[in-house]
Amino acid sequence: MRLGVLCRILLLVVFLSSCEDKDDNLQQYTATPAPLEVPQLFEDNILPPVIPDDNPQTVEGIALGKKLFFDPILSLDNTQACADCHQPENSFSDPRRFSVGIDGSLGTRQSMPLFNMAWNFNEKFFWDGRSVSLEEQIFQPVTNPIEMDNTWPNVENSLQDHADYPALFEEAFGSTQIDSVNVSRAIAQFLRTLVSANSKFDRAELGLEPLTPQEQNGLNIYLDEGRGDCFHCHGLPNNPLWTDNIFHNNGMDEIITDLGFGDVSGDPREFGHFKTPSLRNLAFTAPYMHDGRFATLDEVIDHYSEGLVFSETIDPLMKAVSTGGVALTDGDKADLKAFLLSLSDPSFINNPDFQE
Amino acid sequence: MKLLKKIALFSMTALVFASCKSDDDGGDPVANTTVDFTFTQNFNGAAIANSDYETTNYTNENGEVLTLSKLVYLVSDVTFTAADGTVYDAGDYNLIDARNGTNVNFTPGIEIPQGDYTVSFTFGFDDEDNDLAGGYQDLNSSDGSWAVPDPLGGGYHFMRMEGMYTNSIGSIESFQYHTIRANSHTTLPPGPGTLDELIDTSFVVNLGTVTIGADTDIEVQMDVAEWFKNPNQWDLNTWFTVLMPNFDAQMDMNENGAGVFSLGTVNQN
Repeated sequence: MRLGVLCRILLLVVFLSSCEDKDDNLQQYTATPAPLEVPQLFEDNILPPVIPDDNPQTVEGIALGKKLFFDPILSLDNTQACADCHQPENSFSDPRRFSVGIDGSLGTRQSMPLFNMAWNFNEKFFWDGRSVSLEEQIFQPVTNPIEMDNTWPNVENSLQDHADYPALFEEAFGSTQIDSVNVSRAIAQFLRTLVSANSKFDRAELGLEPLTPQEQNGLNIYLDEGRGDCFHCHGLPNNPLWTDNIFHNNGMDEIITDLGFGDVSGDPREFGHFKTPSLRNLAFTAPYMHDGRFATLDEVIDHYSEGLVFSETIDPLMKAVSTGGVALTDGDKADLKAFLLSLSDPSFINNPDFQE
Repeated sequence: MKLLKKIALFSMTALVFASCKSDDDGGDPVANTTVDFTFTQNFNGAAIANSDYETTNYTNENGEVLTLSKLVYLVSDVTFTAADGTVYDAGDYNLIDARNGTNVNFTPGIEIPQGDYTVSFTFGFDDEDNDLAGGYQDLNSSDGSWAVPDPLGGGYHFMRMEGMYTNSIGSIESFQYHTIRANSHTTLPPGPGTLDELIDTSFVVNLGTVTIGADTDIEVQMDVAEWFKNPNQWDLNTWFTVLMPNFDAQMDMNENGAGVFSLGTVNQN
């Protein structure tokens, strides 16, 4: 009989402790999960996307991030949004060689296109890799004097005083109190939805559409170590990212003035190294290279064919540097260009989910 | 109060029996163990550290002065063969980036009984692993893709060693010593349908007999100089670039690879 009483007491203790947990859970707000849709080619071939544990994708977070991305409220004088230098029709890049800040200042590097960033496995962002997460990357343009030139306290106050944002932040993160961390989280969530995986080449890989003979020959040149040898930095068809997301000196300058990744790492062996950009969406992302020096894709191909110059940190993958490159024929250049353009994805730049 | 004491005594007795159970069931006097490997690199015995890349000059057997920029290589199928012939093989693989120190420490995913074993591994992938249906998502995601273009036979690189050397006319030239399966073609340049012959150039490295204790770490040394030395003295002026579709170069790399790896220090921790 007394044993029965003891058991009841134990059960009550267990019950009460479980009730306590439930109370805690009720106080923890959770927005509506919106897992990233992974394209089949990505699912089949490469590692899963990088989604931070402390910033899962949610319906409310993505919507808030999109609104912030297109809203000039982040800039000091309310004139410039992220989208001004990362325009959807340009694959979220800027057709100008250098973007222009709120006071008319010119940047020093070309605006990077934005897509498939959740698959940047080493998580180094910008041409020089100075940010080690997408969330961290978002902090920089807001306070950069030659970009939005704002301060984070000012941004937080502006958003806090806004008629809509406190409620939107509450929906996304469970609190009307707005801080810079949640601003960056929301924008990062939106940016991770910018997935491009529907180029002509993607459809060819899925057996939905054939390449032309010219595009197919262009792929052969791309894969040929003796001609294009593009794949050692830009990857193979089984890596639909079309970049290694690593930093190289691709033989553009004899004298290096922009140290790039080397300025971040402090290692002289990395002076003049810049991130390999993806070959996706080249049809929309001119001008090219980290400083936008090439206005056309033809100029880019000419550079690798006969324009290479030597410097101390040049990558050994740059071949025949003493003669400027591997000297592709005009026919090979045309075919290579046709293949490269098959990696462009018009459905990405026209996706209504990505427009203001 | 007496009842509480009885319950406590009963609980403790149950705990003692429960904790004894696993030992009684185990049967093995000595627990199985994993084995750690450390991959190191040297040039004719001189250790290669991160600071040596692009800065330290090495002279190969043929007399060319070179620097290294990149050294990444794949090992697979670490195998432990006991004296009675029992074979333990985790069947896994490891991509080592020597310059960055990535994956230089590797523990195959298998536990084996302690004792003496002949330890071996495969440099690269044998054909069975190389042609695995669906490939490897992690290798496809490494270095842009660690894979080999289909026209060259597909599969994966075994090694990418890159650097600069001073050629016979005194100019600085790059080299790309990439090892893959030897592939020959009916016509060049390679393309769809040109592949004529594909030879597996992976090879098994036998490190000899090693005593595996409770916590053993095995050093595997790579002497980079051997890639240029024996039995084929490598002339970088001849073979410095576009070596992937070069059948003869790949066969020579395979032969030179036989002397590249050796057993280093074995630590019983």
